[in-house]
Amino acid sequence: MTPDKKTVTVNLGPTHPATHGVFQNIIELDGERIVEAESTVGYIHRAFEKLSEHRPFYQITPITDRLNYCSSPINNIGWHLTVERLLGVQTNRRIDYMRIIIMELARIADHIVCNGILGVDSGAFSGFLYVFQQRESIYEIYEEICGSRLTTNIGRIGGFERDFSDVAIAKLRHFLEEFPKVLSEFEALFDRNRIFMDRTIGVGALSAERALAYGFTGPNLRATGVDYDCRVAEPYSSYTDFEFDIPIGQNGDTYDRYLVRNQEMWQSLSLIRQALDALPSDDYHVHVPEFYLPPKAQVATVMEALIYHFKVVMGEIPVPKGTVYSAVEGANGELGYYLISDGGRSPYRLHFRRPCFIYYQAFPEMVKGALLSDAVMTMSSLNLIAGELDA
Amino acid sequence: MNMWGYYNNMVSSKPAPPVMNQPTPFSTQVVSHLASHYSLLNQENQYGSWAIQVSPSDYFSVVSDLKSRHQFTMLTDLCGVHYVEPEPVLAVVAHLHHLPERSRLFVSVHLPIDNPSIDSLVSLYDAANWMERETYDFFGIIFKGHPHLVRILNEDSMTVFPLRKGFPLEDSTRDDKDDRMFGR
Amino acid sequence: MTNLVDPPEGVTGQGFYLTSLEKAVALARKNSIWPLPFATSCCGIEFMATMGSHYDFARFGSERPSFSPRQADLLMVMGTIAKKLGPILKQVYIQMAEPRWVIAVGACASSGGIFDTYSVLQGIDKVIPVDVYVPGCPPRPEQIIDGLMNIQDLVANESLRRRHSDEYVGLLQQYGIE
Repeated sequence: MTPDKKTVTVNLGPTHPATHGVFQNIIELDGERIVEAESTVGYIHRAFEKLSEHRPFYQITPITDRLNYCSSPINNIGWHLTVERLLGVQTNRRIDYMRIIIMELARIADHIVCNGILGVDSGAFSGFLYVFQQRESIYEIYEEICGSRLTTNIGRIGGFERDFSDVAIAKLRHFLEEFPKVLSEFEALFDRNRIFMDRTIGVGALSAERALAYGFTGPNLRATGVDYDCRVAEPYSSYTDFEFDIPIGQNGDTYDRYLVRNQEMWQSLSLIRQALDALPSDDYHVHVPEFYLPPKAQVATVMEALIYHFKVVMGEIPVPKGTVYSAVEGANGELGYYLISDGGRSPYRLHFRRPCFIYYQAFPEMVKGALLSDAVMTMSSLNLIAGELDA
Repeated sequence: MNMWGYYNNMVSSKPAPPVMNQPTPFSTQVVSHLASHYSLLNQENQYGSWAIQVSPSDYFSVVSDLKSRHQFTMLTDLCGVHYVEPEPVLAVVAHLHHLPERSRLFVSVHLPIDNPSIDSLVSLYDAANWMERETYDFFGIIFKGHPHLVRILNEDSMTVFPLRKGFPLEDSTRDDKDDRMFGR
Repeated sequence: MTNLVDPPEGVTGQGFYLTSLEKAVALARKNSIWPLPFATSCCGIEFMATMGSHYDFARFGSERPSFSPRQADLLMVMGTIAKKLGPILKQVYIQMAEPRWVIAVGACASSGGIFDTYSVLQGIDKVIPVDVYVPGCPPRPEQIIDGLMNIQDLVANESLRRRHSDEYVGLLQQYGIE
């Protein structure tokens, strides 16, 4: 700190109420204006990529849970899609529609967190409480389907571990009736709220070219006007059977990101409704005996089932060699899995293409010249999840 | 230029999505164009995307060509791989993506393990900044021309590169683990 | 007239209530614990659900989550602590004023959890003393509330002189905290 230095260095994080999760921004302030910012990450680096080199494929699913933990089913299903692509497994329509329902529920859950916390960061706490109650309903649906609330470990390679029970379908229908009312109320609180608009319009704006240069994907990119969505560009899991829109913004500022996420929640609701109405009756898993545990009753009586059970649990299954990159549209953007398999029971190299990590680089540019409170709003609207940032 | 008009419908107005595991005709044409200008050490179809391997001296020009002439405007990812067979090399793989044509292309380069050094792509794509820092942090690959090549995810005081094969997963300084329980 | 909480044992009379200072202070402290939510990862989201209206953490007196260590009683460490974050956690703990309690929520904070890797601190009790461990990955909100109720028991039964005792000072010195 030299005597003629005109700026003040402020440390925003890693433990700060505005940083949701642990990442640090070292900000140079001139009064209230930010002159320069530098971000440091790695405070929750859990070495996922190293860890997954030591685990068989089906043990990597719990690790993928903890990437973007607000919407863990999307990560799980994305991983299973990657392995299915490597193995050449085709799933039937029922599995695909069930996956769509679960993934869109997870997308709604993630956007609830993002937009709710965006409200909290600008001082409006009530909206958060209203939509979080709906997140409890989503948790109950997850519990019916897989047993767990947050880190779901949902699905298997080749399908699901159990079918949707009647209770699950009833809860889904109930959710489809209740959530639109709550979402409308949430929108009524924020959309044309003078204070919220003043705090978010023009804040953290980024043009489409800069966003593409920084590798943005997901709602943050769509808020700048580029309509790139992995569900449309490289469809997976029968998304082509359904009608949905891709909401895009114009200015790429915080208000656009907020609006895009809200509209995506409406689109997800419509997708869930369409998928639930069109759900065909079929098996809830396809025949992948090398990776799908046989039913327990058969394991006790049928010899092949016992052998497969042993081989699956011990991971003694030969896997095709190859390199595959598969991406799903996570709640934050393109979540990619780059899997290099050498035929062994665990991947040779598994690299996660994490959207948060890639677009957080743009944060110093987005807040340059803005006020300190704008930095907080920008950070919150980018939906930075620490687990995905550091992996 | 009207930003709204240029980027709107950039992706979703193209008709058919790609067929699974078959590279798009666009990317096949791009790869054959590259093959005529550079020597591609390897070229294979990885489940629907072409993966080409180039020599370290051609790497920057190939990626620069792909960006400016063939309009691959997005660098999706950049990662490293440590191969131990047939001889130990460190590979760098750049994933490029052409959004309107829905084509991906993987450009990889193999570097010797005792002096892994390659040009940085930061001048072409801003996204490469942290991706290369992560690759340096995990593998020790030096990116020439990177503005700030320091560790990003691990502690700054770490001296080894953890994702290389042979580095142990678990913390070796622990004394509270009973080997009998862990099957060692 | 109903009481919010049960009064401690004591002798009541015309205009006075006779009890020991420890019991009165314990009653006040245990029903007004101000937490510092040190939420790093997935357990932090379960904490947000606990704070929401369904499970309502505020019923237990934790109405005001404080993000400033100086004004907090309970350090709730929720989520994985990497080795890079260890010194920062210790710094936050040192900044808290006595009496302070620590609850480790989740498997990662208790013992490193499923991440037995080179970069994860295998349990926060390597850097700070912990009072209550709540296992789970992530623990359900009911479990987090159970952990808080255990902390309430600890707070209620704590002697007023505990923080100056040799044993406590020795414990802190083991961690290198003065």
